[in-house]
Amino acid sequence: MSSLSLALHQFRFDQKAFWRNPASVFFTVAFPIVLLVIFATIFGNDTIEELGGVKTTTYYVPAIVTMAVVSATMQSLVMTLVTARENGRLKRGRGTPMPAWVFIAGRVNNSILLSLVMLVLITAIGRVVYGVDVPWERLPAVLVTLVVGAAAFCCLGVAFTAAVPSEDAAAPMINAVLLPLYFLSGVFIPESEIPAGVLHVAEAFPIRHFFEAFYAAFTGTSGSGFELGNLAIVAVWGVVGLLVALKAFRWTPRGG
Amino acid sequence: MAEEVIRVRGLAKSYGDLEAVRGIDLDVRRGEVFAFLGPNGAGKTTTTEILEGYRKRTGGHVTVLGEDPERAGRSWRERVGMVLQTLNPDPYLTVRESLELFAGYYRSARPVEDVIELIGLGDRADVRARELSGGQQRRLDVGMALVGDPELLFLDEPTTGFDPSARRHAWEMIAGLRDLGKTVFLTTHYMDEAQRLADRVAIIARGRIVATGTPEDLGDRESEPARISFRLPEGIGPGDVPAPAPEVGNGAVAFLSEEPTRDLNRLTAWALDRGVALEGLEVRRPSLEDVYLRLTGEEPDL
Repeated sequence: MSSLSLALHQFRFDQKAFWRNPASVFFTVAFPIVLLVIFATIFGNDTIEELGGVKTTTYYVPAIVTMAVVSATMQSLVMTLVTARENGRLKRGRGTPMPAWVFIAGRVNNSILLSLVMLVLITAIGRVVYGVDVPWERLPAVLVTLVVGAAAFCCLGVAFTAAVPSEDAAAPMINAVLLPLYFLSGVFIPESEIPAGVLHVAEAFPIRHFFEAFYAAFTGTSGSGFELGNLAIVAVWGVVGLLVALKAFRWTPRGG
Repeated sequence: MAEEVIRVRGLAKSYGDLEAVRGIDLDVRRGEVFAFLGPNGAGKTTTTEILEGYRKRTGGHVTVLGEDPERAGRSWRERVGMVLQTLNPDPYLTVRESLELFAGYYRSARPVEDVIELIGLGDRADVRARELSGGQQRRLDVGMALVGDPELLFLDEPTTGFDPSARRHAWEMIAGLRDLGKTVFLTTHYMDEAQRLADRVAIIARGRIVATGTPEDLGDRESEPARISFRLPEGIGPGDVPAPAPEVGNGAVAFLSEEPTRDLNRLTAWALDRGVALEGLEVRRPSLEDVYLRLTGEEPDL
């Protein structure tokens, strides 16, 4: 098989394994939708005056897509790669003629596809249930922003696995990083409620920049929807993640 | 002369100050099942992982299928199959899917249906790995190692933790690999496993090879003294027994004999002469287990 068909071959089986794993499906697919429904129900059809009178649901649809993308990429890769590593499956894969990158490519493609699926699902629910406009005219900006973000958070996820010592540590460690950042970055709480100092702290991390870029693309607060500054910061984080991943990624379980 | 598939000379590996492997030699010939036996921590897994290309050695020469595993690439891995100590099937893929996935990694894979037959999982082919027993998952591991049609198979402690029936199933399958013409490098810490499966055995202890040979003549078992024992007939003291250095315990006598034929003849003649029966008479060669325990320094009492 050529390298490309080998990557597709791997991807096909990764897809099967993903959809059969109830924990993956719940946290990646169901949980963001549940959060959207909860936030929309609590805050109803309020408007956020500080953001120019935008409806709460209009705010939350891109916010939850942001969270869903990070979850489908960084969180999901940390969970599945650490499990595969600690169970010896990565090590076993390295003993086959398959080039190492194919294994990672399969997982990354899986994550990017899921990011797109979540974009479609949450946008559709937003439109049908809450009447949130679909940003058809800014579709290129929405897709480019989403793919750049998804790729960057994939790199960060692969890099993050190097810090996780065991299968049991994966969920608490990644949640300890991501959950506070969702709150601080305005993903869970409208940013108008967050003190400026806290937002500054959040700006030291990529979730805030990805959210700003995606929010702008989705709601059209900046014309074309391309927020190049924020997008560039996200991309730099991705490159740093990639370099760390290339240097520190482990294929073998602890002690072997 | 059979071709050597694995050739190891003076292999050494240390981790800091700890010398895990201290200069060992091994030769594995094409088509044989070679058992590499030793207690935990003896250097077994370190050696195996160096041969598999997972670890770098600190000294010595290693050739596996004509290449140095440290530098061997994709074409070498086409020819090698591995079963690691961990159970490696993806829990959410079925038996058939796991084999199809691995078949895709190799240029000339065996047909998946053949492999399913070989590993005896025909009736479980569409069951996900997480629903298989440990023994069945291990068979699937072997299938995933076989599907690339390798010349050489590494099996690292394939039956550790199995119940007796699962072990017997695994043994039948491993015995079948030889019939396929595969060379098998099997590590184990079970003596009976080596005895049942291997053409040749090497025993490693504390980082050194302490014995090599066929299971039959390992550790010079044939030339070791036999142990003759029987219960002491009533009214006869140990001093009356016509044998050198008899030991006595619980009313039984035992002695080691360099020439069991002659010693037995003398003993039975003596018993007939006296009109007594030698109850519980037994002549025993040291078992492979005895040899193993002696060589690895875990010798039991006689």
